[in-house]
Amino acid sequence: MTTLDFPLQKDIFISFFRTGMLGYGGGPATIPLVHKEVVETYGWMDDEEFSDILAIANTLPGPIMTKMAGYIGYQVGGKTGLVTALAASVLPTVVIMIALISVLINYREAPIVQGMTSAIAPVVGVMLFMLTFNFLRHSKKDLGWKVAIALSVVSLIAFELLGLHPAILIGALIIYALLKKSPSNNKKEGEAA
Amino acid sequence: MIEYWHLFIAFLIPGIVGYGGGPASIPLIEYEVVQRFSWMTTQEFAEVLALGNALPGPIATKMAGYIGYEVGGVLGATVAISATVIPSLVAMIVLLKLLVKYKNSPKVKRMTALIRPAIAILLGVLAYQFFQTSYEAAGLVQTIILIVLSFLALERWNIHPAYVIVGALTYGAIFLA
Repeated sequence: MTTLDFPLQKDIFISFFRTGMLGYGGGPATIPLVHKEVVETYGWMDDEEFSDILAIANTLPGPIMTKMAGYIGYQVGGKTGLVTALAASVLPTVVIMIALISVLINYREAPIVQGMTSAIAPVVGVMLFMLTFNFLRHSKKDLGWKVAIALSVVSLIAFELLGLHPAILIGALIIYALLKKSPSNNKKEGEAA
Repeated sequence: MIEYWHLFIAFLIPGIVGYGGGPASIPLIEYEVVQRFSWMTTQEFAEVLALGNALPGPIATKMAGYIGYEVGGVLGATVAISATVIPSLVAMIVLLKLLVKYKNSPKVKRMTALIRPAIAILLGVLAYQFFQTSYEAAGLVQTIILIVLSFLALERWNIHPAYVIVGALTYGAIFLA
């Protein structure tokens, strides 16, 4: 990154500004919007890379949205891209919050605000569900439907019935994948690791 | 000066020990802000949180920005947001750089494939929680109407999420108010 690619930085800014301003329900709810921008609208990465980034973001502590924005901005537009993406996703909403809080405190109970907040929840649910389906379809392609379904069921049981923290399961899968010896011809690499 | 240090600590800890994104770290932020440093009462915190949830964007940084600003002005907001964002972001970049370096290794490929179903289920669970919230707030009929309409708009008619979200907000302001 020696020269500043202004149009690219503008695209990074717009994509994360849109994501931040349209995302209701906190950072995790904005994941489908980030996917829409970086995979579909701008084509900065494919589904596979996006899912890896999402996995690492979920394995590490801290807010999801800023981790994703910061990393994607960095990968697409270097250090400047990192700052651009972070600023675009964080600053506008913080400024709105500080500026409007005294006004909003009087309208918090207003039915119109309540109505808007409850109408957005199912839409966020649908977007998250579509992304779920998209990932499952890809998994079927990668792993075959038997393994994909088995892993999905195990994950569901772990998260919902056993209350296992997602970071633990994802961390365990990452360690398993990296440490397990690869079949036959990759044996040497497995021993070296 | 000590105030900025306190802000830094108060938002650094939830950012480091809070798993599951910003919303999951809210109780940790509350502990620091209300119990430990007494910048707000529980009641005030709850009000600010409710407002933060009514506004768009990530919640952890909105809370950090607002509380930081109340305690220490613009510099306070900067300190609180930085403490929230930077540590986990640095870890993220270091880990993913490693991953990209070994992108073509069969192990990393296998890892990508193996974690995807878990991530999918995680998103599915999140989707379910949003449906549940909506069911509690707007009732079954409105929830189903909104689910069907937004699904058709996004999937069948290929309308950009921006318009669907604005549409839903308008619908809520008119029919759910």
